[in-house]
Formats: sequence, structure tokens, C-alpha cells
Amino acid sequence: MAKRIEASNVSSYYGDFKAIDSVSMTVEPKTITALIGPSGCGKSTFLRSINRMHEVLPNARIEGRLTIDDQNIYDPDVDVTAVRRMIGMVFQRPNPFPTMSIYENAVAGLKLNGVKKKSILDEAAEKSLRAANIWDEVKDRLDRPGAGLSGGQQQRLCIARTIAVEPQVVLMDEPCSALDPISTLAIEDLMFKLKDRFTIIIVTHNMQQAARVSDKTGFFSIDKTGDPGRLIEYDDTQKIFSNPSQKKTEDYITGRFG
Amino acid sequence: MSVLEQEVPGVVMTPDNIRTRKLPPAVNLGVAVAALVVAAALVLGLGIGNWVLVIVLGAAFYLGGLFFAAGRVEGVRAARNRTMKSLIYAACVLAVLPLASVVWTLVSKGASRLDGDFFGTSMNNISARDPMGGAYHAIIGTLEQVGIAALMAVPLGVLGAIYLVEYGKGRFAATVRFFVDVMTGIPSIVAGLFILSFWVLIVSPYFNDGRPQFSGFAAALALAVLMLPTIVRSTEEMLRLVPGPLREGSYALGVPQWKTILKVVLPTALPGIVTGVMLSIARAAGETAPVMLVAGGAAAINFDPFAGNQQSLALFVYQQAGDASKYAPARAWTAALTLVVLVLALTIAAKLLARRNKLSR
Repeated sequence: MAKRIEASNVSSYYGDFKAIDSVSMTVEPKTITALIGPSGCGKSTFLRSINRMHEVLPNARIEGRLTIDDQNIYDPDVDVTAVRRMIGMVFQRPNPFPTMSIYENAVAGLKLNGVKKKSILDEAAEKSLRAANIWDEVKDRLDRPGAGLSGGQQQRLCIARTIAVEPQVVLMDEPCSALDPISTLAIEDLMFKLKDRFTIIIVTHNMQQAARVSDKTGFFSIDKTGDPGRLIEYDDTQKIFSNPSQKKTEDYITGRFG
Repeated sequence: MSVLEQEVPGVVMTPDNIRTRKLPPAVNLGVAVAALVVAAALVLGLGIGNWVLVIVLGAAFYLGGLFFAAGRVEGVRAARNRTMKSLIYAACVLAVLPLASVVWTLVSKGASRLDGDFFGTSMNNISARDPMGGAYHAIIGTLEQVGIAALMAVPLGVLGAIYLVEYGKGRFAATVRFFVDVMTGIPSIVAGLFILSFWVLIVSPYFNDGRPQFSGFAAALALAVLMLPTIVRSTEEMLRLVPGPLREGSYALGVPQWKTILKVVLPTALPGIVTGVMLSIARAAGETAPVMLVAGGAAAINFDPFAGNQQSLALFVYQQAGDASKYAPARAWTAALTLVVLVLALTIAAKLLARRNKLSR
């Protein structure tokens, strides 16, 4: 069951430094939303704010309201691990657990959260590895270390790991930036498949990718270094890439800026 | 001409000259032999030393000769590279030499008493004229003291390091870290004195009808004090090496922090942590002074670490080495050999255990 995400006036800080300034956007369930913008404009920070990963860093904090189906995830009585169970995340660099096998990596989220039954784990491993388009490549070596796979395979393993816990939302922080075009295509295909079940938000530097995969696109930008990032424009991908209403957006997507 | 060529002649090879001549291995060998011969002639001719000096001097001559010969054939840059490489190899050999020497001395001098008696009897009722006697009581003592010390120091040290890396923020953590650093520098005799004044003189009377008493447990306490900072520091370094994205990957699956530490961070850092723990155990097993101060040493077997004097291997070596009996030195050597083998066996066992959890590559 996918969920709606609503951000209203979200500002994120690293200590005294304001990284993003009052971002508001609504993400509909079962859609793919792309966040684009130049480096350092706060799109990753915003993404990390959605599953409360931002606060893992020392002195990081956030202001504003972020609701998932009308529940504010920053309410004081909210359990942060419950939020993260609901909102999975795939990182820029593939980060399989080095001490675990491919199988253990795939079901790590279930196992570490207390699922013990072998039959359930086996089923979940196959299901998520199949969903991540990697089952055929690894089914004969599930007991081999996950770190021994190629970069693209590792990233798909990390996606399998994320969807194995069946979150409602999947956040992807430049998941393809370290991958070759073939692995990138595999992951984009995968995103279309996952769209039926999850709400997906992806940060990307690749504008063709944003145009290809997303339903809606948000453009972030900063005026100059040291200023907080702002959401300049948020609209249907079609519109952003064909007829943006902001001059800045047009400059960026046509390559005249950033 | 490029700036590099102008300023550093010979560095840049032009596109039509990327080959150089190489120093033939025979010449290399020749330089080595010549250096040794010259060194031998010089040292033995002047009568200023023995074969050790010949080798050291020969190595120096070889490096000089090699630099000269290679410089003629290969050019200065290649010669410098070759000489530096040889220097590094020489330093490596020199560093291993003392270790090999120690092992050889221990084995050759300790072998004579490697018998059943040594491992089966104590020094109880062994007079200066008795050739027998053994270190059974000392082995028991070392195993018990170091074992108990490890039981106390390892969990405390590892948990402390986890606190410092994963939870500790602000002034309190900085203070703890500072005092751990200070503790690392504590001389073992001071740790012994601390336990003597605190445990043996103040606490132990409560368990012994008002009279203070030595015990193996007191020695274990002193050893734990010594092991603790080493374990905290090495574990801390290892935990810091675990990449942050690994932790975040686990958090993103909805895994709570404590379980992330237990199941993701610790297993990743385990081999390094084990190495640090083994180093501290090796250090503790070799300590003499604190054991002497608070366990007192003994000639008889005492299995009970909580009451009465106890011996340890290091203390046994110290006592036997200073003993007037002509049979004592042999016992000291064998005990020293036993201690080294014991620590080595423990280290190997720990490494194997730590690797068992790792996946085959």
C-alpha cells in the first residue's frame, strides 16, 4: 500500500547552516517523483529528511511538517525506526553488508527486525531478488558474499534488500550515478515495475533519466554557495521538460546553468 | 621543451625514447659479492669486529655500489628507485632479525626442560639441588589471572568503545577519551600499587576475617586495568573504520541502532577488534610487576584465584632467572618459551575464530 507524502515548509539544517529553505510539495501514492538540480542544492538533504535519515548526522535538525498519510513523522512521539520501516532508502553508492552473503543481504531487513522462520525468509529472498531483476544472476550463489558482486548487481541487491521489508515509499538517492548504462537501464525498468506497489522519489543528476522515469519533477536550486537550497518548480515531468514556468528551470534543463 | 624537461633533466622521456637499459642481475649480484668481500677485508683485516659488522658494513657498501652501478647503466632516477627499494628490503630483514633471534634463543635454551615434569609439577619442596621442578602452578596462575582479567576487560572495553563511537557526544565523551589515553600510559607497577592499596589492603580483609590477603583475582584486577585502555582504543579505531553508509543502510531498513551495532557494525569490525584484544592479552600475560605485588607468587599449586598466593609464568621466569640454583636458568628459559607459545596459540585460535564468521571469498 503506497502512501501520500506531504511536505509543508520543510527547512533542514546542519548546525547553523541552513541547507534547504521551506520546501513544500505533495507526492501522490504510486508515482515516481524525480528531484533534479545542481550539486549542493539540497535535494539529497530533502530526500534524507523524508525518512528521518537527516538527523543521523551530528547537529542536523529540521523544521516544518512532513506527513505520510496525514501523520507527521516529526511528531515527538513517533518511533523513528517505524518511520524508516515504512520509508525505505537506496543510497548513491551500493552498500551491501560486507559480512553477509547475498541471501542474508536480501533478507537483512527482515532478519534484523526479528523474522526467524526459514520458509518465510526463503520466500522473501526469492521474491525481492526477483523483483529487483537480479534473481537469475545470483540464484546459484546465494551464499557468496554480497560485496563480491559487480557495482550494478550490488545496487540491485540493495534495492532487493529495501523492498524485502515491503515499505510504502522507496527513496532513491542518485542510485545510478556509479553504474554503467546497462545497469542503469535495468534499474529504471525496475522502477517502472515497482511503481505499482510503492511511491518512489528519486534524486538524479541525469535529466534524461528524470524525463524517462518520473511522473512529476521537482527542480531545486541555490542562488549562490552558502545560501539554502529552494524548490524552484514542481510540476508534471512533461511540463517541466517541455514548458517550464520558471526561467531558472528552463536554464537548467537546457544546460545554460549549473 | 616542457618545464619538467628543462628543470629536471632526464626525467621526461620523449615519445621516441621510452626504453631504458636495465641493470643485469649478474652485475647486481657482483656488486653484492664485491661489497661483502671489501667489508670482510676491511673489518677482519683491521680486526675491528666480527661477522655481524661485516654484514652491516657489506649492506651499506652494497647500497652505495648499487646506486653507483645502476646510475651508470639506468640513469639517476632509476638508480634512486632501485637503491631505495633495496634499503626498504634491508630494513625489513633487520626488523625481523631480532624476532628470529629471540625465537631461536628461546627454543634452543628452553628445549632442555621441555619434559613432563615441567608441565606436571610445581616448585613445591624443590630445593636448590633438585634438577626437577616445574611451572604447572605458574601456567595455572597465568591462565586464571589472564582469563579473569580478559573476562572483565574485554566486555567493558568493547562496550566503552561502542559508547565512544556510536553514542558519545560532547564533553563527557571527550573526557572519557582523554582519560583512556592517560590510562594507556600507566606503568604496570602503578596499576599493581593501585590494586594493592585498594583491593588487597582495603577490600580483601572483608573476605578473610579481617586480614588482607594476596590472590590471583587481585592480579587479574591489575591486569584488567592495564588491558582496558588498549582494548578501548583499538576497538574505537576499528569501529570508526566501519563506513557510515553501512550504518545508514541498516537504519534505512528500519533496524534500531542497537541492533545495527550488534549485527552490522561489530561483525564488520570484528577481525580488527580481535587483533586489539589479543595484543592486550599478550601484554597482560607478560606482566610481572603487578602479579608480584598483589598475587605474591608461590611455589605450590593454587587453583583458587580468590584466596591465597598465586604464581604466574612471567613471575616464574623472573624468580628462576634470579635464583642461585644452577638448575634455575633452564627452568626460566622453558617457562619463557611456554609463555610465548601460549600467547601465540591463543592469538592463532582467536584469529581463526574471528574468521569463521567471515564469508569465503
